[in-house]
Amino acid sequence: MSRLTPAVGPSDHVQGPANAPVTLVEYGDYECPYCGETYPVLKEVQRLMGDKLRFVFRNFPLSQMHPHAVRAAELAEAAAAAGRFWEAHDLLYEHQDALGNFSLMDYGARLGLDAAALEAAFAGRYDAKIEADFSGGVRSGVNGTPSLFINGQRYDGPRDVESLVTVLEAVASAAHAAS
Amino acid sequence: MSSLQPNLPVTEPETALAAGVRAPDFTLPATPDQQLSLSDLSGQPVILAFYPADWSPVCGDQMALYNQILPEFHRYGAQLVGISTDGVWCHAAFAQDRKLHFPLLADFQPKGEVARRYGVYRDHEGTSARALFVIDGTGVIRWSHVSPVGLNPGADGILDALDAFATPHAEPASGALS
Repeated sequence: MSRLTPAVGPSDHVQGPANAPVTLVEYGDYECPYCGETYPVLKEVQRLMGDKLRFVFRNFPLSQMHPHAVRAAELAEAAAAAGRFWEAHDLLYEHQDALGNFSLMDYGARLGLDAAALEAAFAGRYDAKIEADFSGGVRSGVNGTPSLFINGQRYDGPRDVESLVTVLEAVASAAHAAS
Repeated sequence: MSSLQPNLPVTEPETALAAGVRAPDFTLPATPDQQLSLSDLSGQPVILAFYPADWSPVCGDQMALYNQILPEFHRYGAQLVGISTDGVWCHAAFAQDRKLHFPLLADFQPKGEVARRYGVYRDHEGTSARALFVIDGTGVIRWSHVSPVGLNPGADGILDALDAFATPHAEPASGALS
């Protein structure tokens, strides 16, 4: 059974309460069209689950397939250093059709990142973090993007709002009953 | 079976060759004019990844994922080989399209012969199962695993199996940035 090996920690990008009964971890690639399809689904799932759900995003750029994926991740990490990770994450998924260098520079400017910060990011300042996410994902059984883990266990079921909410609610109830 | 898993077709893992068995040698075409034998790779760990067919239509494609993780396999000195019943020209087009940096062998004629010898041929479909074999440098299978056909098994099982008998080079090279 594939289980999330690196537990959610301080280096993770997190939305939702730390004591939420369910944690959903996504391993994603900003250029992956399936991650793009899943992006609005997860937004809706978050809305419906409210405080019962903690959502975590980890990098899994498939750079051999997606030439812009690593630079997009570098931009998001630079935004994270400025406290604006989720704005960058959303911006990238809402503009998956424009992830070239000029576009990324433009998003960086919109996020208020200065040129030096962007340059350092693209020169690899955050690559160790991206590598660590990727490597931890491989060890956890990530089998493509997006890969979802619910309370540490890989979820291989359908990725529509209804299916996800059903599973997450069930896990939340079980966690509540066990506590 | 966990409650988180969808209802996936049951496969027949009991037929696959198991750990401790000597891996049957074989020779298959790797390109239209090159053959590869398992024995050519002896002395180093080998990962045999049987998969049903080229052109899986998703980013979760198993071969594309392994291509990305290749540097991690190479840290163990392990060679990855993909095998399906597709022909050499199909493999060539698939490998070029996905920019694969490891050989895909054509178990095409006689069809599925190698998959049969490893106990992972699916007669009704005419393809192999989705099956993994990790073989050590002496040619003995150290781990095998059959996944449901629709489920990409990822690479964690392969790396755990390699950990049991091979020592990785120190430097991290997970492959994310390669």
